[in-house]
Amino acid sequence: MSLETTYPMHWRRPPRMLRDRRWRLVVQGAALVYLVLAVGSLDIEWSRVVEGLARGQRFVEGFLQPDFTSRWGDIRQGLIESLTMTLTATVVGVLISVPIGIGGARNLVPAPVYGVCRTIIAVSRSLQEVIIAIFLVAMFGFGPLAGFMTLSFASIGFIAKLLAEDIEECDMHQIEAVRATGASWWQVLHYAIQPQVMPRLIGLSMYRLDINFRESAVIGIVGAGGIGATLNTAIDRYEYDSAGAILLIVIVIVMLSEYGSSYLRRFLQ
Amino acid sequence: MLELQQLSKTYATGDAALRDVSFMVPRGQVAGLIGPSGAGKSTLIRCINRLVDPSAGRILLGETDLAQVGRAELRRQRRRIGMIFQEYALVERLTVMENVLSGRLGYVPFWRSFTRRFPGHDIENAYRLLDRVGLLEKADKRADALSGGQRQRVGIARALAQEPALLLVDEPTASLDPKTSRQIMRLIIEICDERELPAIVNIHDVPLAQQFMHRIIGLREGAVVFDGAPSALDEAVLGDIYGAEDWTAMRREHEEDQAAEADATRRVAEVVR
Repeated sequence: MSLETTYPMHWRRPPRMLRDRRWRLVVQGAALVYLVLAVGSLDIEWSRVVEGLARGQRFVEGFLQPDFTSRWGDIRQGLIESLTMTLTATVVGVLISVPIGIGGARNLVPAPVYGVCRTIIAVSRSLQEVIIAIFLVAMFGFGPLAGFMTLSFASIGFIAKLLAEDIEECDMHQIEAVRATGASWWQVLHYAIQPQVMPRLIGLSMYRLDINFRESAVIGIVGAGGIGATLNTAIDRYEYDSAGAILLIVIVIVMLSEYGSSYLRRFLQ
Repeated sequence: MLELQQLSKTYATGDAALRDVSFMVPRGQVAGLIGPSGAGKSTLIRCINRLVDPSAGRILLGETDLAQVGRAELRRQRRRIGMIFQEYALVERLTVMENVLSGRLGYVPFWRSFTRRFPGHDIENAYRLLDRVGLLEKADKRADALSGGQRQRVGIARALAQEPALLLVDEPTASLDPKTSRQIMRLIIEICDERELPAIVNIHDVPLAQQFMHRIIGLREGAVVFDGAPSALDEAVLGDIYGAEDWTAMRREHEEDQAAEADATRRVAEVVR
C-alpha cells in the first residue's frame, strides 16, 4: 500500500509583517540607503576627539586616586543634605501617594475619583526630575528645600501608579469574599487589599528610596543642593580626584541600599 | 427561610443569565443547584447577596426584600448571609484567625477591626468554630500555609462566624480531590443540620449532589428546568438539564473515574495485604 502521505522536510517561519517578497526587498534596500547617507552626513572632528580623550584620561587618573580628605567638609555636608532630603522626600512621597494610588485603582473607586487621581499621577510622571528641580529652584531658591520638594513630587507619580496597578491586579475573589461578609469599604481595603499589596508597597518604597538618592546627585547640579551640588563644584574646579571620591561614595551607598532592600523583600515574602 | 420570586438578571451585554427564577428554601434545607457551566448558577448565588445586582424580581430573606435594600441596609443584610467560595477566597497573607474574624467585619466598627480588637465573645466563638472544623491548632498559621481541604474549612468557619441566617455555597469542592470533597460536603451538611440553616449549594458534580443534597434544582440557560428530590433525578431529567449528548459524555467520564478509583483501592488493598 503506497497510500502513505508525504510531508515536506523543510519549514520556514512565515514572515509576520510584509507578506510580499518584493515589498520586503524595497524596504530593506531603503533602510540600507538611509544608513549610508546618515553615516555620510556625520561631521566628526577627529582633533576634538583626541583632545577629549586626553581630558578623559585625566578624569580616569583622578578617579583612580580618589581624594576623600581635602574636600571632606564639603563632601560630608553634601552627603548629609542628600541623605536627609532622600529620606524625607521618600517618606512624604509614600504618604501622599498611598491615597492617590488607592484612588487610581479602577476596581475600588467611582469613575470621577479615578480620573482625578490618574491625572495627578500623569502630571507627576510626565515631568522629569531635572525639569521640576529647575522650576522649584527658581521658586524657592538654591538648596535642599527645592530638592526635597522635587523628589517628593516625583515619588508620588512613581509609587501611586505602581500601587494602583498592583491594587487592580489583586485577587478579586478575596475582595469579593470580604465584601460578602458585610464589610464596609474601609474594612475591605484593610482586610482584603492591604494584605495583598503590602509587600509590594514596601518593596517599591525601598526602590524609590535608592532612586531618590541617585536623583539627588543629579538635581544638585541644577542647584537643588545635596551631594550633586558638591560634585558639580568639584568638576567645575577641575578637582577630578575629589569628584572621583564623591562618585565612589554614591556607588557604595546605592549598593548598600540595593542589598538592604533585597534582604528586606526576602524577609517580607 | 429564603424565597426567590421571578428573579431575572440581564447583563449589560444583553445576555440573559437568569429568567424568572422562583423557588423557596425552608429552614435546614440544603438545596443543590446543578446545571451546565454558563447556566447562571454562579450569577444566581451572587444575586442573592447582591455581589451582582438582579434586574428584576424579589429576594425575600425573612421579611426583607434583598433586591430593594439600600447600601447601608445591604451591608447589614450581608452579615446574615454566609458565603463559601470555590477557590476558598481566603485572604492568603492573613492568619487563619484573622480570616475567621473577618466574618465579624459587618458587626464591628472600623477601629476595632483596624486594631484587631474584636470583642471577647467574637474571639471565643472563632476558636469554637475552628475547633468545630478541626483546625484549632492552626489559628496562628498564615492561610497560605494550609492545604486545600483545610483552607475550605477555614472558609466554612468564616461564613459561620457571621452567625448567618442563610448559607450560599459556590462550588465548594471544585478544587478538591474526591475524598476531601466528600468530607467537606459532609461537614457543610452537618453544620446546616445543627443550626437549621437553609443553604444553596452550586455543584457541578451530579453524583456528589445526589449523595448529599436534600433537594436538587436544575438550571438550564438561566431557567429552572427541574426542582425536586435527588431520587427523582433520572436520565431523562439530566438529559434535559445538560443536553442529552453532554450528559452521556459526563456519565461515561464519571463511570471511568469510578472504575479508576475502585481499581486504585483494590491495588492499595493488595499492597497492604
